[in-house]
Amino acid sequence: MAEKKLMYGNHAIVEGVLAAGCRFFAGYPITPQNEIPEYMSIRMNEIGGAFIQTESEIAAINMLFGAAAAGKRAMTSSSSPGISLMQEGISYIAGADIPVLVVNVVRGGPGLGNIAPAQSDYYQATRGGGHGDYFTITLAPNSAQELYEFPKLAFELAEKYRNPALILADGLLGQMMEAVEFTGEPVDPNKLPEPPYALSGCQGRERRVVRSYDLKPGKLEELNFQRQKKYEQILKEEQRSETVACDDANLIIVAYGTCARVCSAAVKMAREKGLKVGLLRPISLWPFPNDVLADLSKQTQDFLVVEMNLGQMVDDVRLATDCRKKIHFHGRPGGGVPTPPEIYKKIKTILGGS
Amino acid sequence: MKQIFGRPAGLTDVLQRYCPGCGHGIVHRIIGELLVKLEIRERTVGIAPVGCSVFADEYFNCDMIQPPHGRGPAVSTGIKRSRPDCIVFSYQGDGDLAAIGTAEIVHAAARNENITVIFINNAIFGMTGGQLAPTTLPGMKSTTSVQGRDIKKQGYPIKVCELLAGLDGPYFLERTAVNTPKNIIKTEKALRHAFKNQIENKGFSLIEILSMCPTNWGMTPVQSKKWIEETMIPYFPLGEYQNRAKEEK
Repeated sequence: MAEKKLMYGNHAIVEGVLAAGCRFFAGYPITPQNEIPEYMSIRMNEIGGAFIQTESEIAAINMLFGAAAAGKRAMTSSSSPGISLMQEGISYIAGADIPVLVVNVVRGGPGLGNIAPAQSDYYQATRGGGHGDYFTITLAPNSAQELYEFPKLAFELAEKYRNPALILADGLLGQMMEAVEFTGEPVDPNKLPEPPYALSGCQGRERRVVRSYDLKPGKLEELNFQRQKKYEQILKEEQRSETVACDDANLIIVAYGTCARVCSAAVKMAREKGLKVGLLRPISLWPFPNDVLADLSKQTQDFLVVEMNLGQMVDDVRLATDCRKKIHFHGRPGGGVPTPPEIYKKIKTILGGS
Repeated sequence: MKQIFGRPAGLTDVLQRYCPGCGHGIVHRIIGELLVKLEIRERTVGIAPVGCSVFADEYFNCDMIQPPHGRGPAVSTGIKRSRPDCIVFSYQGDGDLAAIGTAEIVHAAARNENITVIFINNAIFGMTGGQLAPTTLPGMKSTTSVQGRDIKKQGYPIKVCELLAGLDGPYFLERTAVNTPKNIIKTEKALRHAFKNQIENKGFSLIEILSMCPTNWGMTPVQSKKWIEETMIPYFPLGEYQNRAKEEK
């Protein structure tokens, strides 16, 4: 069995990133993700990677752009306000078709907000986030184990599709301690092949250019249509989700990340009382697991979307079910975290049970 | 007939879209020659800015990247730290480097990042049509200061070499110009020095180059050269502003 260790979610991300063969980190301090750069600075020093504490999140994302364009696995982490600052860079990186990994340990907003866990960056993460037509592959872990495992998956997806990937965690997942099993073989960065776009000096080959602009008439439209094909393929092939007790459910809760943990406890309470309640946990937020939801909507009439925001993913649930089902919503914005009894109460109200 | 002059192999064989009398072409040529003379072309990655020289990614015959406005020093850092054997240069204008990218250049210099920065100072926003730049001289007209730069409302120009010389970090800082053959030769020497510093792992070098913009200055190329001599150089004096090699001796 692989080694098992009790660790913070934020530390699990670091080990996951290193196990994925990433040796480049640039970032700026912001709560509640400071354990990531702190631990990363120690670990990169131990294994000989690049760690740069930057002057801003803007500099961080652009350092990633450089390192990733040079063909290396590169990541940054931040929290909501910092991720807003990175949007310009993410747009350029998406426009240049370069893979990077960005981790957002989401906190309450808008503005400076607070440092409590939140999910209010869902729109930003799943609608591109910056200017122009683009999407970022977005994964939502709900445990320290997944925080360890998802960086590798995120890099693989990002490289397969040459697209930025996001991991959307929250303050609670980052600060929580859980057992992590170091599954899988660590990736040796020296054995990763040089990607075809890598800027490494043009010795023995044609020079390469990484850019996001094209002023030739019609060319940018063509490039956007090409990218659309990529997005369609991602939507078709990369939907990820988990279902719990959905087979006979007449109410299905849809929740991700921390909310999914809370809701799974509420589902257990409901089941103990004989209420037929299930849980769908989207793991990929973009691509959203539309297909599973479309299937589930054939058997179930009521859906309850639970989010730590004013209602963002609920739009995707409406779209995935063609607005033909009853979509209930329970949201806690501004750093509020729902409790299992709170969700159970909502379940009872919807089902009209005892 | 024997060919004695031609395009250096460090430049691509395409038409450059600069205005008549513009200084970018001169600086491009110097860099293009140096890439060959210093035998670094095949391990160089260049950074093109946003501005008139955004198309530099088409002009330099080496690997190139075109990042967001002002972020060249950060992108350079990412490349250099992940590929230390590459020679990395960031080519930037005054809007790019001294306005929107002020934070990035100051911190790259403070870290003594082992990169070469070429900073074209023509005292104006060229690509967008002649707006006030952080380097626009007091009293100088631009499309957003039609009565001339009013220091009471628009403040003073930023002197980049002097600003960075206040830091302990940067290894080499020099201001030159490309308005006369003599100054062009000095610019070549400074740029050669800046690339050599990087090759020898000395650290951060920045060459600020005063350069003509006849189109947006509303002058002829000849008037522009004269204007640099008579008006720009007195405000932005030429010379070395930091040379840590001298301290090491």
